[in-house]
Amino acid sequence: MSPLTHLQALEGESIHILREAVAESERPVMLYSVGKDSSVMLHLAGKAFYPGPIPFPLLHVDTTWKFRDMYVFRDKRVAELGVDLVVYQNPECLKLGINPFTHGSELHTAMWKTEGLKQALDLYGFDVAFGGARRDEETSRAKERVFSIRSPQHRWDPKQQRPELWRLYNARRSPGETVRVFPLSNWTELDVWQYIHQEDIPVVPLYFAAKRPVVERGGTLILVDDDRMPLEVGETPTLRTVRFRTLGCYPLTGAIESEARDVLSIIGEMMRATNSERQGRVIDHDASGSMEKKKQEGYF
Amino acid sequence: MARSSDQLIETDIERYLEHQQRKTLLRFIMCGSVDDGKSTLIGRLLYESHLVFDDHLRALETDSKRIGTQGDELDLALLVDGLAAEREQGITIDVAYRFFATEARKFIVADAPGHEQYTRNMITGASTADLAVVLVDARKGILTQTRRHTYLLSLIGVQKIVLAVNKLDLVGYSRETFDLVDAEYREFAKEIGITDVVSIPVSALRGDNVTRRSSNTPWYTGSTLIGILESIDLDSDRRDSPFRMPVQWVNRPDSGFRGFAGTVVSGVLHPGDPVRLTPSGRQSTVSRIVTADGDLDEAVSGQAITVTLKDEIDVSRGDLLASAEAPPSVADQFEAHIVWMNDQEMLPGRSYLMKIGTLTVGLTIAHPKYKINVNTLEHVAAKSLGLNEIGVCNLNLDRPVPYDRYADNRDTGGFIVIDRITNNTVGCGMLHFALRRADNIHWQSIDVNKAAHAALNHQRPCIVWFTGLSGAGKSTIANLVERKLHQRGLHSYLLDGDNVRHGLNKDLGFTEADRVENIRRVAEVAALMVDAGLIVLASFISPFRSERLLARDLVSTTEFCEVFVDVTLAVAEQRDPKGLYRKARQGELLNLTGIDSPYEPPEHPEIHVDSTSLSAEQASDLVIAWLGAAGVIESA
Repeated sequence: MSPLTHLQALEGESIHILREAVAESERPVMLYSVGKDSSVMLHLAGKAFYPGPIPFPLLHVDTTWKFRDMYVFRDKRVAELGVDLVVYQNPECLKLGINPFTHGSELHTAMWKTEGLKQALDLYGFDVAFGGARRDEETSRAKERVFSIRSPQHRWDPKQQRPELWRLYNARRSPGETVRVFPLSNWTELDVWQYIHQEDIPVVPLYFAAKRPVVERGGTLILVDDDRMPLEVGETPTLRTVRFRTLGCYPLTGAIESEARDVLSIIGEMMRATNSERQGRVIDHDASGSMEKKKQEGYF
Repeated sequence: MARSSDQLIETDIERYLEHQQRKTLLRFIMCGSVDDGKSTLIGRLLYESHLVFDDHLRALETDSKRIGTQGDELDLALLVDGLAAEREQGITIDVAYRFFATEARKFIVADAPGHEQYTRNMITGASTADLAVVLVDARKGILTQTRRHTYLLSLIGVQKIVLAVNKLDLVGYSRETFDLVDAEYREFAKEIGITDVVSIPVSALRGDNVTRRSSNTPWYTGSTLIGILESIDLDSDRRDSPFRMPVQWVNRPDSGFRGFAGTVVSGVLHPGDPVRLTPSGRQSTVSRIVTADGDLDEAVSGQAITVTLKDEIDVSRGDLLASAEAPPSVADQFEAHIVWMNDQEMLPGRSYLMKIGTLTVGLTIAHPKYKINVNTLEHVAAKSLGLNEIGVCNLNLDRPVPYDRYADNRDTGGFIVIDRITNNTVGCGMLHFALRRADNIHWQSIDVNKAAHAALNHQRPCIVWFTGLSGAGKSTIANLVERKLHQRGLHSYLLDGDNVRHGLNKDLGFTEADRVENIRRVAEVAALMVDAGLIVLASFISPFRSERLLARDLVSTTEFCEVFVDVTLAVAEQRDPKGLYRKARQGELLNLTGIDSPYEPPEHPEIHVDSTSLSAEQASDLVIAWLGAAGVIESA
């Protein structure tokens, strides 16, 4: 037999990580953001515990501002796979009606996502949470450990990270501490799409090009996904053939013009791509080194 | 992405993808300092494999002008800078992982910085590497740090080295310079047992021989750096070694299926293979190799599988499933290299945890035999190991574990050391061999055992451990307790801190390391006395939680009672029965607990005595009442 292919090697490593974290935790949970990385992570979890069921629930920290297609896809997948899904919406945000238009992207993300995640972990007492982050996404992620310890206040201290050697992960934690585990640490965006193709993993249709109503704001194409989106004077949505490289809250996620209507065309497009994935995310541009700041505060 | 593939992407994406999916994965580490051009070389590899996106390039252009070191040119080193703090300092502070790919392979590069923290970071990055690229500056040749890097590589078992002789443009692409550096390096590498070395003349800044053959070095006939990285043979070594799979998880979805999930770390497994389960030593035969994609005819290193066996044998997480023909050894005492990775120094005798494979066991480390000066490779006498120090030590585990020599198998011979209190990974190690005394000294089986001793005495043995600051009243209370036990005709013994230091521990001082050893010895003596059926009263400041935990772990859970004699420092200092606080305040006494040495109060003591509000008499009654309630003695 020839050596493992790079996808086989990555798959083996990710399954090892998933099993190790579950074996060393009491209440594990998988952060499910409905995006392609979550889809791959969920697929790997199915493989890791086969023929048994996935031994943990999924947690969707919802902002109520995701694309409508994402909610449809989420509920369909959860039903198909028979996994438990916990949906958490920060009640304070619901009460105050926090949204990206009136409150700005920074506050919106901090309150719904960062705060919401902390509240959900505390409420359910989850001690280990899987996330789909990859080291290639952003420079500060390149140093993130696979097993990342968070203080009881959910803070990440880049100076106090545990050395990770060989295949030995240390998931031990003191009371109140939690561990974020990133099984896809060593995957790149291209690996993810190649794996989706190889394994035929379902993803949200928004990744594929279609005619969609968009408006252009500050050079970013924003999808008018529902009537909560306030249009500025003189702004009319136009139908353009667009798709998304990354999915988040619809008002904060830029579309790209594309004709890629299936996985193969996406990979082809990516080979020629000249913009990195997170560029479509408005939140990363708030301030230089902003992802690192968010992570220290407890963002995934 | 090399340009030749662009056409294929346009014309036949499916064929292109099929080709892509046959790629293999190589992990390597880049060793060198910022001055050697390490970040520039990694930046060059990313840049030339077309993995730098337009928005990153625009940021790079801006940053190059603002903080770059290359004038108007792109400063590729900035591509690999991560955290904001280090970007400002111009240094990297941790291991970072970068990714790039060519037609043939995907690469994961561990990038570790070149300053003081280097040992820890480099050992971490190299632990998963198949190969190392060692970078030297052609103008400077082989430096102390080159030797240090190479020694660390040999220690962690990276046997394949590519020596990149960089900045050749600054020595006029001189063949003579290259040959000299190459020869000197090979000689040194050979001395420490590394023979698989390939040298390349490069300029990371100009791109010579990185991804393209350079016309500036017509005398060089070998491959480019990328060419070598693409063609190096990957895992024939692992395939040829005996089968090993640490069991991670027992998969029992229903009564009809019982599989053992894990990752193959070496060798090959087929259905029908005879396997041995260690440490139990039971044998069986592989029935199926289960995966979600169907059963396998063969599983190899790196694959995550689930194995079912023909026989019903007891298997749990931490067991090692191994080839029956070449099984691992099992032992509980070893000699090993230890690399210390924490600010708090290693304390010989302290109880740590060891994680090896999927097994976590209790570990104590003896005084180092020696530590190694990583610059000169000299052996230096040492009492302990500090951050980034490497030593050779004997280890003592609380149970036997299956293992291979690290030189034979990284996954079954490498381990991490975990602090019991902070739960941090504080060190790592590599097993050399089991100590022969572990093989030959077995527990003597004795007919008259603990229960027999205790029955004769009409009491249950136990340790009552008094801890607290000097002057808290520990010894006074312990004395009263012992008198009361004696009055009842019970057999006890009082171990007192001061008395023990006159004999058993007279060789120990008051440094942190000596305090740990002091308590370790006392705990062992107390445990032996429990074995003899006695009620042992131990009265020691015992400032560290770990050591009290160690004492607790030596006996069964019902045989230990921790009494926290609590007093404020102010009150203790006012009492000062031995005049120690006064001396410490005058600087005549060092390392006094509470003054210049820490005290870690118990979190959940069995008895908490507030000695400012309770008299010694009342406190001793509390202890006697507890012993009665716990069934150690008969209630009055």
